[in-house]
Amino acid sequence: MAECHPVGFQWVMEAKRKGATIFHVDPRFTRTSAVSDIHVPIRAGTDIAFLGGLVNYVLSHELDFREYVVAYTNAATIIGEAFEDTEDLDGLFSGWDPESGQYDPETWQYAGAPKAPAAGQRDPAQPAGDRAGAEDASTGHDHEKTSHGAARSEAAGSGGPSVPHRGERDETLQHPRCVFQILKRHFARYTPEMVHEICGISREQFGQVADALTKNSNRERTSAFCYAVGWTHHSVGVQNIRTASILQLLLGNIGRPGGGIMALRGHASIQGSTDIPTLFNILPGYIPMPHAAQHDSLDDFVAADAGKVGFWGNMRSYTISLLKAYWGDAATVENDFCFDYLPRITGDHSTYSTVLGQIEGRVKGYFLVGENPAVGSSNGKMQRLGLANLDWLVVRDMAMIESATFWKDGAEIATGELATDEIGTEVFFLPAASHVEKAGSFTQTQRMLQWRTKAVEPPGDARSDLQFYYELGQRIRTKLAGSTDEMDRPLLDLTWDYPTEGPLGEPDGHAVLREINGTGPDGEPLSAYTELKDDGSTSCGCWIYCGVYADGVNQAARRKPHWEQNEVALEWGWVWPANRRILYNRASADPDGKPWSERKKYVWWEASADEGRGRWTGDDVPDFIADRPPDHVPADDATGPDAIGGRDPFVMQTDGKGWLFASAGLADGPLPTHYEPPESPVHNALYRQQNNPPRKSIDHRANPLNPSYSTVFPYVFTTYRLTEHHTAGAMSRTLSYLSELQPEMFCEISPRLARQRGLTNGGWATIVTSRTAIEARVLVTERLRSLRIGDQYVEQVGLPYHWGGTGLTTGDSANDLVNLTLDPNVFIQDKVGTCDIQPGRRPRGPELVSYVDAYRVRARDDDGREPENRSDA
Amino acid sequence: MAEADGNRTRLTEVLGHNGFEDRARHQTRNASVGHPNANLRELVAQGMHGDAPSGYGVAMREKTFIGSWPILRQISGSDRLGRGKAAMSSRSEHLQPRTAEADKVVDSVCPFCAVGCAQKVYVKDGLVTQIEGDAASPISRGRLCPKGSASKQLVTSPTRVTKVRYRRSFGSEWEDLELDTAMDMIADRVIKTRKEFWQWEDEEGRRTRRTMGIASLGGATLDNEENYLMKKLYTAMGAIQIENQARI
Repeated sequence: MAECHPVGFQWVMEAKRKGATIFHVDPRFTRTSAVSDIHVPIRAGTDIAFLGGLVNYVLSHELDFREYVVAYTNAATIIGEAFEDTEDLDGLFSGWDPESGQYDPETWQYAGAPKAPAAGQRDPAQPAGDRAGAEDASTGHDHEKTSHGAARSEAAGSGGPSVPHRGERDETLQHPRCVFQILKRHFARYTPEMVHEICGISREQFGQVADALTKNSNRERTSAFCYAVGWTHHSVGVQNIRTASILQLLLGNIGRPGGGIMALRGHASIQGSTDIPTLFNILPGYIPMPHAAQHDSLDDFVAADAGKVGFWGNMRSYTISLLKAYWGDAATVENDFCFDYLPRITGDHSTYSTVLGQIEGRVKGYFLVGENPAVGSSNGKMQRLGLANLDWLVVRDMAMIESATFWKDGAEIATGELATDEIGTEVFFLPAASHVEKAGSFTQTQRMLQWRTKAVEPPGDARSDLQFYYELGQRIRTKLAGSTDEMDRPLLDLTWDYPTEGPLGEPDGHAVLREINGTGPDGEPLSAYTELKDDGSTSCGCWIYCGVYADGVNQAARRKPHWEQNEVALEWGWVWPANRRILYNRASADPDGKPWSERKKYVWWEASADEGRGRWTGDDVPDFIADRPPDHVPADDATGPDAIGGRDPFVMQTDGKGWLFASAGLADGPLPTHYEPPESPVHNALYRQQNNPPRKSIDHRANPLNPSYSTVFPYVFTTYRLTEHHTAGAMSRTLSYLSELQPEMFCEISPRLARQRGLTNGGWATIVTSRTAIEARVLVTERLRSLRIGDQYVEQVGLPYHWGGTGLTTGDSANDLVNLTLDPNVFIQDKVGTCDIQPGRRPRGPELVSYVDAYRVRARDDDGREPENRSDA
Repeated sequence: MAEADGNRTRLTEVLGHNGFEDRARHQTRNASVGHPNANLRELVAQGMHGDAPSGYGVAMREKTFIGSWPILRQISGSDRLGRGKAAMSSRSEHLQPRTAEADKVVDSVCPFCAVGCAQKVYVKDGLVTQIEGDAASPISRGRLCPKGSASKQLVTSPTRVTKVRYRRSFGSEWEDLELDTAMDMIADRVIKTRKEFWQWEDEEGRRTRRTMGIASLGGATLDNEENYLMKKLYTAMGAIQIENQARI
């Protein structure tokens, strides 16, 4: 955190100053470790084993926050009889279909759930022909059969997926099929000894963490987890975060001040671009993209949510208000509010599938907007092969980047795999305006929108992306004007008229933010998403952002100094939803609505307020219906927000509870399970199942995997960031100050590995995988430890991933080494792999290809010690 | 807290324009040893909250040659750390920070990571002259990391490309192109590719109303308003392969 989010880390140091104990769990010793109380080195890719060990510690020592767990989580909920755990099935859950390589979650349901879910609630089947890599498929996995192929689990981004009903509960937590008991059995083998064997963490150190964490989690105290998104860069990425969620729920650390799981994301508005998504599977506000198999009409589309408990029950209002924002007067009751204008998805259309589509000639036009996939995305070769097979490419950036110049200086030009005069891609490089040359809002990592005022005009041809897309839309609409083709209606009927300003005729960002906020029948800005209607009288571009323009004021531009307000600082920026700083903060009070302790007082029920009717109040905006008393029991037939009970803090979940057990929404099981990364030098110590069963493989000749346990690729590598550089480098390797601070690509290795391979500090090393080989300067350091795993040592090679061929400081790209094996829920790659490392620089030209080929042949002929264990699902 | 932040501002003034480079050099030193130098950190912290501002008020009692030696002034004055008045010459004493000459100062936010540190952008004659952390922010309290501190260079760097570059199919070099021409060519290509890969139905006959020929990657470094227009236009176009760094 000190390394990647230094300024955010000041608050960790503040906490330390006030007596907090700071643990840093990371394969390498960093600037964070240097100032933490204890650095816990861990083998890359084993986080579930470590966190699962903590879950087991809490459960086996009965250190959970019992009152919180019983009242606020689904610990008491009873799961159906047909459920079988990984402990029963040697690493698989019930519902596994080896044919399709996917789970059917039917047996994970709450007991008593209807056998056949209501229409629209089941995930649709996918057309087999649409799946990525169909032609190269060799594993026989049809990963697209269920909705997980369309990343539907992610569609519940601001809440949970649907569960059919509240379920039977045993609040004594004794029922053998209640979640609490299932959890106990599932994690029973995650002992300190197992943590040691899998992660390489000593029993003593594990004990220190477990002891400190549990002693600091109770009525009086809370503990927080902070992670950077390296935690998501695994084929079990979603389940990594899930394990932390389970732990924090058991300890009562969610919805309370000082608690939580903090995702420290890496880009200025990456949260904003998820909320108002430039993502294939969702529309603004986490409304799913319609699916061809499921959504022929607006009624079909909202049916799954219409009867839900909680705020997703108002999905129809959110959707119609979005359609009104897009198509205005053209969207009417008669035409289903133009619902049919929305394109439908049919499977995985994520970026890595798209790249495969480019290579196979199915995707011919490409926009890169402040993104440099030739360096920043995994398997750089596949990225460049895709770029080289386009008809046209538009790159919008501030400096020249590798993704724009691949046709003349990409790695494949040097090896002869591509030739400049054979690449037909037409490239437009359009200069972009910087953050001070345009007005607009970023949403930072804790959902806070902050407005930037424009300081100066952009230079030369540089323009904001707002202006680029506005003008592009105008030109397309002009060229298509008069078209009677039905396919052009959505473009021609689009509301696309924004006021412009300044010498360049820039669209007014305020007007766009106002449209995002939404307006009522009188055209005035709305102040809360609860005002949205399903009759077409309201318009709203992103329902969770409704309120950012309340009272016609840009709330994101508020900058009341922190010394003029309390520490919650509600008058700085605006946080979605409803300017609420801590989500689910009703959990900061006990079931009766009283603070758990005076010390951790945050939001509570004020019974005497409003002439004795009572009201939720506190330092933050309460995340609850303001006048709903703690003892409220909803009517049996209530739906939507009306069905939220007074003791149900998780208002976006259909049962109002925090989910220790996820009976819906996940492609790879209702509980997290440790599996080894797709490339690993060791066997899974827990199960015969080596890898995450439904992981998604991209089958292509440019994406070969190293065999696990290979003696040819005996070392683990992982990638990471440095303080002084920014992701793929376009915003840092182009600057002299930052380039001077971190001038060269390097690899970090332990002294033991250096001795083993004859590597010298400051010299060169070549790092080899089945994809390619790269070179880097060697840094021999005890920052990377040799880890004792079972009867062997595991050595890890640390690689910063910022470098590429352009900019002031250049070097080989670590992402060229990373294979494409994806998390089955969200299709994010696994950054952990195996490699060999040798002294000296890598071969040049065509020799690089033959060098790597020779490795692959050797690995194939000598691919491990126990081949019978390799052919897992 | 307000007082401390006030002190920090004055320290910046005392350090003048070299403050920026000084901070960068500290970071270099830290980077080379691999972890922060706690002592240095403490010194800086003390300088911020304690001695430096009081050092500002040291009177020039000794006008003699010997007495003007920085080391003597440091020992005899209250600026014991030599980070304020004691380190000044008669020339640097009269220097003004360039922030003092700004025509306007506008509120901004750091464009690098997602912490969201608030910035103050100083502008003179239509050019950005300095970018500082905004002390009023409850998130950052005026701090910026090495990247945030370098964000002025991000704006003013000679490595920025400010003219449209065009590479024709099978071409070997970049060519010049007017922005207006480029925009028109891009619009034509979007229309053509959209139509060429248009799909009313999938192979199972289910309505899809989309084009599979056009994809987009990017958005995490852009504004919410920009992402909104992108998704709106792409959706109306029927393009669905729209992705950004959140997937990567």
